[in-house]
Amino acid sequence: MNFNTLLFMIFPYVSIAIFIIVTIYRSIFRPFTVSSLSSQLLERRWLYWGSISFHWGVALILTGHLLALLVPQSLVIWNAAPLRLYLLELTALALGIWCLAGLVVLTWRRLSNKRIRVVTTPMDLVIMVLLLASVITGVTIAIVYRFGSYWFTSVFSPYLWSILTLQPQPAIIAPLPWVIQLHMLNFFVLLAVLPFSRLIHILTYPLGYLLRPWQIVVWYRRVTRLDPRV
Amino acid sequence: MNIRAQMSMLFHLDKCIGCHTCSVACKNLWTDRKGAEYMWWNNVETRPGTGYPTQWENQEHYRGGWEKKNGALDLRLHSRAKGLAKLYYNPALPSLEDYYEPFTFRYQDLFNAPAGDDQPTAIPISLITGEPLEIKTGPNWDDDLSGSNIYARNDPSMEDVPPEIRAQLDELERVVFNYLPRICNHCLNPACVAACPSGAIYKRAEDGIVLVNENKCRAWRMCIAACPYKKVFYNWATGKSEKCILCFPRLETGQAPACAHSCVGRIRYMGVLLYDADKIPEAALVPDSELVAAQRAAILDPFDPQVVSDARASGVREDWIEFAQKSPVYKFLKQWGLALPLHPEFRTMAMMYYIPPLSPVVSLIEDGLVRLDLAPEQHDFELFQRLDAARLPVQYLANLFAAGNEQPVRYSLRKMLAVRLYMRRKSLQQEIDQATLALLTDAGTNPAEAEEIYKLTTLPSLSERFVLPPYHREMTIEAYRDPLTQKGATGLGYLQPPARGE
Ligand code: SF4
Ligand code: SF4
Repeated sequence: MNFNTLLFMIFPYVSIAIFIIVTIYRSIFRPFTVSSLSSQLLERRWLYWGSISFHWGVALILTGHLLALLVPQSLVIWNAAPLRLYLLELTALALGIWCLAGLVVLTWRRLSNKRIRVVTTPMDLVIMVLLLASVITGVTIAIVYRFGSYWFTSVFSPYLWSILTLQPQPAIIAPLPWVIQLHMLNFFVLLAVLPFSRLIHILTYPLGYLLRPWQIVVWYRRVTRLDPRV
Repeated sequence: MNIRAQMSMLFHLDKCIGCHTCSVACKNLWTDRKGAEYMWWNNVETRPGTGYPTQWENQEHYRGGWEKKNGALDLRLHSRAKGLAKLYYNPALPSLEDYYEPFTFRYQDLFNAPAGDDQPTAIPISLITGEPLEIKTGPNWDDDLSGSNIYARNDPSMEDVPPEIRAQLDELERVVFNYLPRICNHCLNPACVAACPSGAIYKRAEDGIVLVNENKCRAWRMCIAACPYKKVFYNWATGKSEKCILCFPRLETGQAPACAHSCVGRIRYMGVLLYDADKIPEAALVPDSELVAAQRAAILDPFDPQVVSDARASGVREDWIEFAQKSPVYKFLKQWGLALPLHPEFRTMAMMYYIPPLSPVVSLIEDGLVRLDLAPEQHDFELFQRLDAARLPVQYLANLFAAGNEQPVRYSLRKMLAVRLYMRRKSLQQEIDQATLALLTDAGTNPAEAEEIYKLTTLPSLSERFVLPPYHREMTIEAYRDPLTQKGATGLGYLQPPARGE
């Protein structure tokens, strides 16, 4: 067994298993700990400059990655015209840098502000390092190995699908430059760490809010058998 | 009709002495914890003043409550989609500075200081960082009008009071203030519930208590901005929102909430109100001047046989209907028309009620002596006829308790004055003259009612103030949970300590 098999065949499954099992366990048995742990009450000025760009940047870039994974064909077609390719690449790079700027502000805020240091856990530092690694490698790749949106579909889409369909082909990753390998590996580390950290709040994004009625009224749970009124 | 019951508290402001016992009782019981140090689920403010958190009534800034948009009711804070877009940073959220940085003192220094020529001092330190801090403000920094040039002058409810009257309040011989104790209003149309993206906040149908399910709260903190009374707080240590729970564990065991039970002025009353849930949208949408009337109309008459049978059909328990008939809050609110909601213009339909305070007559300085600004004979009759001579401007009280509509405030003040004059005549002169009787009629009351109001206002026993229905918890949780599984655990609540997530 070489590193390639270990890191890109065995580890992804370990990471996915941890992700699923711990997320379910924590949601059911330790729901109180699931929170975005906002610190806006304690410090808001730097949060404004960091949080908005980081969150929107990450959300949009992740959506881009997801689209490339799910509908690679349409990305290839879009990129067929060079102008559109440049447009996409530039937008993605700009988003990446915007997101990185936000993350740097947030990191600095977390390390320098006394109040924020009080609410910082060791796990917060771990995910901060992982996120920084992820975004920095991502931006580096976008600059050095052009054009990502072009080769992603022929390298990562097949690889990730091979993992998801239980026919892993780690060999696809082996010849890639180390930055790209690191970026990929870092993703699986983040996935494994997610359910142990505050990152779990990503999964609780409250989309249901768009549909529910304004008011929520709850009756005590009733045991019909014993209820004298039934 | 869809009838539900509401536990409601009534504050008789004429009796509040501003002692803060209520706040301390609440703090000791519920918020004396890490992350909750700055929270005052019950606080007492001096009015005029800016309150806690500072300027909480200024909804231009905090965007709390509901507003009418194109004939419909909408959260002032956000539409659903915009709410989701602002999860990462919520501009309307108060910052800690709007409350105050919680502090304690380093008392150990008093014992550990080395021998020296000076008295050792205990310096103030922050309860968040533990570092020394300079105390700049506190939850009741403007108590009894201290710093009134910063606080009382900037009271949002003073804004449309005419400048002459505002200027009067600055003159020493006309200075006036009253106390305003506040808790969560457990609203009928709560903005906190509507604003929560996770759906973690809910209203209990049985008693109307509004609670945060902390297992569902994800710290999106929209409730904090959306509550116009600023009565949801964010626990910075656990990353969860918290609010007044109306001491439901006490209510469920037949005890009044700690703030009410400990109240030194005995200003607080508690009882059941029945309301029609179907009428809420309608009552919350009427023009400002009709808000008080519409809210009173949504509270139903528990003696009406139709209401009683509808209540039964809607699932209100038999004994709760009986307790609604005995409710002191119902008497003050509906039978006597004395009680008013706080800031009905926020349109959340607050369910805690207030009896506005009477205040002394404006006085003048003449030849270096203070005298009342009234004709020398029959002082009290004069005030009755000329409420505008009272020191607290009626317009101001109307801004606080009736969305600017003076009429219900005048009605309430006149009635209370009439009761006072009547009782004074009765105890001093034994017989009641025609003028006093006419006064009662004028104020929309009669001797029998006046006596009742007097009794419930000044002489009520504990059981007359708190008319608490049985909760029948044995019919709910205990019926399907084996009590032995809970043995050794603390209450029925946490089986795990409420630890902060990573
Ligand atoms: S007063 Fe209480 S029930 Fe009303 S909106 Fe605020 S927190 Fe919610
Ligand atoms: S304990 Fe009663 S009298 Fe004292 S401040 Fe509170 S409400 Fe007022």
